[in-house]
Amino acid sequence: MEEKHKLLQDCRVLDFSNEMGFLCGKILGDLGADVIKVERPGGDPSRNLGPFYKDKPDPEKNLYWFAYNNNKRGITLNIETETGRDILRKLIEKTDIMIETFPPGYLAGLDLDYESLSKINPKLIMTSITPFGQKGPYKDYRGSDLVLTAMSGFMSLLGDPDKPPVRPTLPQSYMWIGMHAAEGTMMAYYYRGLTGEGQHVDVSGQTGVTWAASIAPSFYDYNKEVPKRAGSFITGRSITGAIMRAVYPCKDGFVTYIIYGGPAGIRTNKQLTEWMASKGMAPDYLKNKDWDKFDIATVTQEEIDEIEAANMEFFKTITKDEFFKGCLERDMLGYPVATAKEILDDEQLKARGMWIEVEHEELGEKITYPAFFTIFSSIACGFWRRAPKIGEHNEEVYGELGLTKEDLLRLKKANVI
Amino acid sequence: MRREVFEGIKVVEFAAIAAGPLIGMHLAQHGATVVHVESYKRPDGFRQNYPPYKDNKPGLNRSGAFTICNNDKYGITLNLKAKGAVEVAKKLIAWADIVIENFTPGTMKKLGLGYEDMKEVNPDIILLSSCNQGQTGPHAFHPGFGSHLSSLCGFTYMTGYKDRLPCILYGPYVDHIGVGYGVIAAVAALEHRRRTGEGQYVDLAQYEVGIQFMIPALLEYRVNGRIIERDGNKHAFAAPHNTYPCRGEDRWCVIAVFSDEEWEKLARCMGREDLIDDPRFATILARKQNEEELDAIVAAWTAQFDAHELFVMLQERGVQAGVVQTMEDLFNDPQLKHRGFWAPTDHPEVGRVHAEGPPFLLSKTPFAVKKPAPCIGEHNELVYKEFLGFSAEEYDRLVREGVIG
Repeated sequence: MEEKHKLLQDCRVLDFSNEMGFLCGKILGDLGADVIKVERPGGDPSRNLGPFYKDKPDPEKNLYWFAYNNNKRGITLNIETETGRDILRKLIEKTDIMIETFPPGYLAGLDLDYESLSKINPKLIMTSITPFGQKGPYKDYRGSDLVLTAMSGFMSLLGDPDKPPVRPTLPQSYMWIGMHAAEGTMMAYYYRGLTGEGQHVDVSGQTGVTWAASIAPSFYDYNKEVPKRAGSFITGRSITGAIMRAVYPCKDGFVTYIIYGGPAGIRTNKQLTEWMASKGMAPDYLKNKDWDKFDIATVTQEEIDEIEAANMEFFKTITKDEFFKGCLERDMLGYPVATAKEILDDEQLKARGMWIEVEHEELGEKITYPAFFTIFSSIACGFWRRAPKIGEHNEEVYGELGLTKEDLLRLKKANVI
Repeated sequence: MRREVFEGIKVVEFAAIAAGPLIGMHLAQHGATVVHVESYKRPDGFRQNYPPYKDNKPGLNRSGAFTICNNDKYGITLNLKAKGAVEVAKKLIAWADIVIENFTPGTMKKLGLGYEDMKEVNPDIILLSSCNQGQTGPHAFHPGFGSHLSSLCGFTYMTGYKDRLPCILYGPYVDHIGVGYGVIAAVAALEHRRRTGEGQYVDLAQYEVGIQFMIPALLEYRVNGRIIERDGNKHAFAAPHNTYPCRGEDRWCVIAVFSDEEWEKLARCMGREDLIDDPRFATILARKQNEEELDAIVAAWTAQFDAHELFVMLQERGVQAGVVQTMEDLFNDPQLKHRGFWAPTDHPEVGRVHAEGPPFLLSKTPFAVKKPAPCIGEHNELVYKEFLGFSAEEYDRLVREGVIG
């Protein structure tokens, strides 16, 4: 087999992002870019986010940092000093992409914004990621995951109707934003390849999360309907307003099964009825149902409730694993409500080579990570190096600029690196 | 005037619902010529089976879900099961730079339109397949929808309250992760082709891109043996950190306080300077310990205000706050208006509708929304005659024989 090619191996990225932008640089790194994570001296504050390796609150043992800063080298640089700015300008000469998450206007105050740096390197692409974007009435407002999950509209669709809306407990917004930032950055990079021109990519965190609300905006756009949170149920499939259960308790947890229409849905409904009948658990009204005539768009809530009541009794008698195997064997739509444990044990992911054991020599241990995001026939997408320690590659990177060990010592004393 | 990013790039979609078509839409909004293929016999699933329909009246050209996923494309019909249709499909493939498909694995191959077949008519074609589980492996052929996949990827388990059932995420959540990664993969493949002249095959599994959003939970389990449990809006080291009621029916704001400094600012906004040094709330440890009491005090205060007024007031004074915006709010959001996020188009059957812009603005090559999603078969003549060069006689024959239909 032909060896796969690291597409971005000649692309140098300087990554000044906080947790909101980590995934952007990681994705470029997965595709082979030389990504250099730049932290302030002493380390980035985002290293203090949990969870931590063996619960030790140490900035060098932050699992969130490990998760999204692999495939990056690490340096420290204080751009609030004149010397630091000089060094950055030198680095920019050989930089293709700069990623940053500073508040809008901060870099302009240091003469390091896109306008200034593109004079040094007109081919530079700068990707700026902020909660609301570089311009507009909210540009100076701050936003954590909770704020962006709310402002994007995503949160209005999550949670039980009789309780306040919720966010997913593992923050999702930063992943959405980082992914979309990489998308915009790749477009700018492709355009640069065609024209030689760099540009500024302005990513708004709020809009980065909005696609997590899927097609919900179209309900308002079309009919001035406002979709609402419905807990364990899905809405919007029926013009009668009927809602369908999507989470059922089972013997050892929960499963996701949804009554659907369409060819796959009808096949699934038939199969489940047969499965239940084979265990003596299908009531007559299910056995006698003509599923081919079942129409999800016009079904009433009463009919749905009747079917779901029988399903509920059946699922209580099986485990997550039995449910998953049944769905696979019977070609039914449905999956267990998995946790990290089941994901790591999943046969399909194992067969696809999803896991890689990565040596953390500083911890004396190997840690399991996802090995790629997608399989390309010619492009290599992989895990090339663990996340950097604070300033781990100062000597290497600054050495490439011609700085000696003595210079680095002086810079360290001056709190530049 | 500058060229658009994907000017001259031709994309054909044998794809339906969200995961495939939205990849094409992001490319179309940046200048690609995108042809969406379906048939009257099997229209895109979003045209049927899925509300909303304009005025709640079903109809192939009345679907909001289809419209929000397909603006700026050309729509054609081609009945792949009809005799001679595969040869027509190959004409499309020969014309294209990228093919996007999201059928169950194996379907295209069975039709005689697998990657190898495509390469015969177009040696440097890029084929991007997006499916639930991937094209290989023991579960490859298992069909699935995005809502179920949200559960398999671990998102459902982590959403909701401890003492309640997990909450399902809205819509095909993971499909949209597949869209972002799909665009990244498509552009990477285009860049590779620009440099080398070679096409390639991209096997995108939505399950695999979904777990990219779960990595901290996977590490937490593997390293610390702990499963992250759903916990409402709680945060391990922030308080107050929750959703709070506001004036009106089912209106909510969020407030996130990470530091003592932010706590002081919030207390001042509340006119409760007395709480700043109150031993129950003065430090993060104290606030976490007395979180329920704290949440009740904050909630009693927020309930007096309009959510948007409160959001602006808190943000202006340095407190991280937001509104739990509804879909209606999004269309009135001044920041989104400023970014041109909702782009108006006029649809021939349903009138004024809006396309959703990308989450990023490129300074030199901004996105452009020029036309609404196509009606079914709207561009048959244009695509078959102008793009592919079929004569009027050939075209009429294909229509008569039900190939174009």
